[in-house]
Amino acid sequence: MADTPIDRVAKATPPTVAAKIRGLSDRTIAWLFVAPTIFLLLAVNIFPLIWTINLSFTNFRANRPTRDVEYVGLRNYERILTDGDIWLTMQATAHFLFWTIALQVLIGFTLAWLINRKFKGNDLWTTLIVLPMMLSPAVVGNFWTFLYQPQIGLFNYGVSFFTGIDPASFQMIGDVALAPWAIVIVDTWMWTPFVMLICLAGLRSIPDYIYEAAEIDRASKWRQFWTITVPMVLPFLMLAVLFRGIENFKMFDLVVQLTGGGPGSVTELTSINLKREAFEKWRTGYASAYAIILFVTVFGLASIYVKALNKVKER
Amino acid sequence: MKTAKLLAATALVAVSGLSVSNAQADELTLCWAAWDPANALVELSKEFEAEYGHTMKFEFVPWPNFADRMLNELNSGGKLCDLLIGDSQWIGGGAENGHYVKLNDFFEKEGISMDDFAPATVYAYSTWPKGEPNYYALPAMGDANGWFYRKDWFEKPDIQAAFKEKHGRDLAPPKTQAELLEIAQFFQGREIDGQTRYGASIFTERGSEGITMGATSALYPFGFKYEMTPGKYDMEGAVNSPEAVAGLEFYKELYKTGTPPGYTDSYMEQSLDAFKSGQVAMAMNWFAFFPGLYADPDVGGDKIGFFVNPGQNREASTLGGQGISVVAYSDKQDAALDYIKWFAQPSVQKKWWDLGGYSCHVSVLNDPSFPDSAPFASDFLLAMDNVMDFWQEPAYAELLLAMQKRLHDYVVADQGTAQEALDKLIEDWTETFEDEGKL
Repeated sequence: MADTPIDRVAKATPPTVAAKIRGLSDRTIAWLFVAPTIFLLLAVNIFPLIWTINLSFTNFRANRPTRDVEYVGLRNYERILTDGDIWLTMQATAHFLFWTIALQVLIGFTLAWLINRKFKGNDLWTTLIVLPMMLSPAVVGNFWTFLYQPQIGLFNYGVSFFTGIDPASFQMIGDVALAPWAIVIVDTWMWTPFVMLICLAGLRSIPDYIYEAAEIDRASKWRQFWTITVPMVLPFLMLAVLFRGIENFKMFDLVVQLTGGGPGSVTELTSINLKREAFEKWRTGYASAYAIILFVTVFGLASIYVKALNKVKER
Repeated sequence: MKTAKLLAATALVAVSGLSVSNAQADELTLCWAAWDPANALVELSKEFEAEYGHTMKFEFVPWPNFADRMLNELNSGGKLCDLLIGDSQWIGGGAENGHYVKLNDFFEKEGISMDDFAPATVYAYSTWPKGEPNYYALPAMGDANGWFYRKDWFEKPDIQAAFKEKHGRDLAPPKTQAELLEIAQFFQGREIDGQTRYGASIFTERGSEGITMGATSALYPFGFKYEMTPGKYDMEGAVNSPEAVAGLEFYKELYKTGTPPGYTDSYMEQSLDAFKSGQVAMAMNWFAFFPGLYADPDVGGDKIGFFVNPGQNREASTLGGQGISVVAYSDKQDAALDYIKWFAQPSVQKKWWDLGGYSCHVSVLNDPSFPDSAPFASDFLLAMDNVMDFWQEPAYAELLLAMQKRLHDYVVADQGTAQEALDKLIEDWTETFEDEGKL
């Protein structure tokens, strides 16, 4: 019988190497394969995390490498948790997160539901709707600052056209009351298509026979929507909320381009605030403590959410 | 034999000449902000290249990113820049963190005297600790925050008449901050040549240094100080004095009642845009831009006038400008020092002013023809006589960001009172100085 390729390789392998490999257990070989990944994970994720935790108890400043570093215990954490300005940035972030996700889910699901109904030009509309999410956030931020310009901005003229208000009488990114909504509108405009695509995938995964069975049982469209469509799309929707939640918690570029965190600090999200502490004020120890607090918050919330998501999927 | 000696001598000269030129011909990178004077410096530096054989490369960064980009470069010990024209406030950090080469020995060896430069510029751009004879930069670009206005609008008979009727005096460049506000309010929303115009464009930018540079142009003339006793960090009663509170309230009123809508995050570029597009009657900006504005075909020439930042309780202008330093991490420090030596010459300084740079050399500034050499030259001299600068401490970035936040919160975002803003600013600065071990 002719040798198989494996036999040929085995014969070509020098005896000492072959003996060594033959002496390795499956578990050892598995570890050999996994080791590079684990090493990378430790080097890129775990080590920086441990180092950051260590720095968070110091007064280290990265721009003063020659200065003595002192351990300050929990002082950085105490300062952050008792700083009213940081709580204001947390509130700004919570406002941004809640409203962007709520609007994106509502509009995204509605658009997906409409697009899912087969009609002429369906593909063209889908392409047009997803265009905003293909743009760079820096570009979007820049051109929306022009759209929001009180004297020449199209947004203000649009509002003026429908309401009769003088376009120069309100400033979307310069007014304390309007600026938090200005960033919500732009993020919703940009990322609703993403939620729509995920919902569309969910809607298209529902087999037609389920609706046909419901029709036979004389279930109304309303009943079909609440007992078939919503429960079956819910895992997809929850996944979209998770993605958007994580993305918007670390939102930086779009808002910096639009408002720079202003007016005052009303749109200064935690990520912008953290960047200022770490890389503009260079309070590295303090910023490390800040980052750890945010990490624990996001990790905790995400863990709870993923458990809920798994339960929904199991139903 | 003679021929052999001659050949040997020729070869020796050729080889030594070759080795000298190899050692000297370096490529130097000069880092600065991307703005009008930088273009003038490129032109000026061609003479240096011709004279010394070095070639010059330039790294110009737009102002909003300049501090971030360059301070990161210095903090990481980067070798991008051999020479850096860094902002005046960086001198403390540059000296204490070892980013800049101390130039005292070099100045002494080359006969460069700091007495040849305007004292205010030496103090602000070169020394650390402040006022001590430790030099980390050569004054390169004198600058201060000043004003320009639409002279053609100011001269219109109907506008003059309307102003006189309202205020009982002739419309002219303001001599006080109060007059500045009156004029800004007068032009606010006024129809001129069929278009709606506004009073003034001022600095309100939040991200880098804009609103601090703008507001201090009102705070200083009203009487704002950083410390009661220089060097003691005793800020209570200085930063939040009644005069300082009045100055900040004034700036907010100017912003609310005399500026175009939408200018909530405006700095140099936006100020220039507002003026060039004919939106405003007056605008604040750095003197560095004035040569370009005067040459502008649409709003320059006879249409533009200039004035120094008006006083109120005292005469004062916010200092801009920079010194040129040799970066300690550069491998080409000798060539970089050649550039400093060349740049310090009076003839080069004269040409620097002619090209649009603001020389700090007394041979240029004290020349009897200087005040008439440009329509803004005499105002520049006035401004430089009364300049005040922000903290130049190593922790300047932290101090600046705190002031940016407190001012923007009060002026633009309408949060709290001027007194509260300045009180909170003292709290922020106290915390920083405590961390620094200075309090």
